[in-house]
Amino acid sequence: MIPTDWLGPQEWQAVRLSLRVAGVATLASLPFAVAIAWLLARRRFPGHGLVSGLVHLPLILPPVVTGYLLLITFGTQGPVGSLLKPLGIIFAFRWTGAALACGIMGFPLMVRAIRLGFEAVDPKLEQAAATLGAPRAWIFLTVTLPLILPAILAGATLGFAKAMGEFGATITFVSNIPGQTQTLPSAIYALLQVPSGDAAALRLVLVSVVIAMAAVLVSEWLAWRMSARMSGRR
Amino acid sequence: MAHVGAHVGAALMLEVAFRHRFPGLALDVAFEAPGGVTALFGPSGCGKSTAINAIAGLLRPDQGRIALEGRVLFDGRTNLSPQARRIGCVFQDARLFPHMTAAANLRYPSRWRRGAARDFDRIVEMLALGPLLARRPGTLSGGERQRVAIGRALLSGPALLVMDEPLAALDEARKAEIMPWLERLRDEIRLPILYVSHSVPEVLRLATTVVLMRQGRVTHSGPLAEILADPELAPQLGAREAGALIRATVEGREPDGMIRLATAGGPMLLPEPDLPPGRVLRLRILAHEVILARAAPQGLSALNVLPVRVTRVEGGLVQLALGNERMLAQVTPRSVKALELQPGSACHAIVKSVSVLPS
Repeated sequence: MIPTDWLGPQEWQAVRLSLRVAGVATLASLPFAVAIAWLLARRRFPGHGLVSGLVHLPLILPPVVTGYLLLITFGTQGPVGSLLKPLGIIFAFRWTGAALACGIMGFPLMVRAIRLGFEAVDPKLEQAAATLGAPRAWIFLTVTLPLILPAILAGATLGFAKAMGEFGATITFVSNIPGQTQTLPSAIYALLQVPSGDAAALRLVLVSVVIAMAAVLVSEWLAWRMSARMSGRR
Repeated sequence: MAHVGAHVGAALMLEVAFRHRFPGLALDVAFEAPGGVTALFGPSGCGKSTAINAIAGLLRPDQGRIALEGRVLFDGRTNLSPQARRIGCVFQDARLFPHMTAAANLRYPSRWRRGAARDFDRIVEMLALGPLLARRPGTLSGGERQRVAIGRALLSGPALLVMDEPLAALDEARKAEIMPWLERLRDEIRLPILYVSHSVPEVLRLATTVVLMRQGRVTHSGPLAEILADPELAPQLGAREAGALIRATVEGREPDGMIRLATAGGPMLLPEPDLPPGRVLRLRILAHEVILARAAPQGLSALNVLPVRVTRVEGGLVQLALGNERMLAQVTPRSVKALELQPGSACHAIVKSVSVLPS
């Protein structure tokens, strides 16, 4: 059994919240990332460059700017936030807002990785499937998606890691409320602001490193299994 | 002229006439395939693959008309999707789905094509795919992959099978391994096949009709025997390969073991081992294996001397009529002059050697 008492309840709370925020951010943005990556890799349309630029914006902008833009758009007074509020969807100062910020910050990384996957798939395989009578949506599901699974996995891992570490946009958008919006990095930051917090901060840093390493290792292992399957080694 | 093959008088199967412009190559392709195996023959880069992509619906030509069994696939207004064309494709690189087993590849079309599931066992047996079913394409040899690709195309229930140089990526041993399967396809399934190739031996073994392509254009098309016996076209197939294909029927066996054949030009003798009387064969007579004589030769070791009539002279190739069939003889320009060979000249063709192709 792993002893649980070496982290305080507030620290555990931050770890659990971070995992939840990063998990939700990754899973919720993944379908959009796949769709945008497909659009950018496979379609030429007017505004292609604009879409690509918008997707990459969170990567280039200072995170504080992204957080502030989220606040004025998705805040309860913002144009989108005020529309969603009657539906019971509130982002401002909630963990869902942290997930939104993390998802948006990780989005460009996911799209880039998945787009490379689409570009590496031989369109001749999809053509072959078409001559066999399969409709385009079926070809996408049974040929294209399985072939880019390693790229999707890589994108998801990157997105998850980014979400675990996201700080600037999150703290700007949803602040640093323990139990509500205090993720691992915000908790570390808060601990470093108080004189006696060094030891607890170090423990959380350790947890961060372990989670990041675990995410990378699991993703590497899954990718290895997939490529082994494809080359017929198992 | 006699049509070699089993599809004499068959309705027009595939009608192709289209233009397409690429940077550096303008295609103007027009031919008709009557059924059987139609070989699309020409050097690399002449537009053969583009032609079959247009037929399969993988490329939209600039203009033209493509019809299969009277069904319009493309005519500018209509442009059927590859899914709707019912054309099975076997590509040079097999294009098996790498993440699926051979069995899953073979079953891929069955969800969309009725009857495919029913044929599964028959196709697996015909192509001897049983031992490969559980394996993934990555572990199959090139020849095995092509066999699975052929099976998969057949299981899509096609009205036409298109094969784009299916043997080009294989070594000689693998080619020899696949060839009999292709012959079975032609003879047992009776599926019309469009076979793209730049290999004369493949065309000779498989084709009933030949379409010659060069630099984006169809230069000639017709029954295999007709193309082979055309002194103008034969050099396109390669000088060493010039020579005709004639039909022969086994009549019986001589006391010394020789097989007696009936051909359009009269009886011929072959040292072939036992062939049952009545069996129809195709005889391949290379132009450089034929000697011409104006007078009936005496005291020859060659057994087969056929009375023929010259029908055309093109350079060193002389086309000869034996009954309603044609063959070629290779002679020097000096001999053409010395023997005064011209259309209508009566000659004796001394055939030094003959090879038998299965029919």
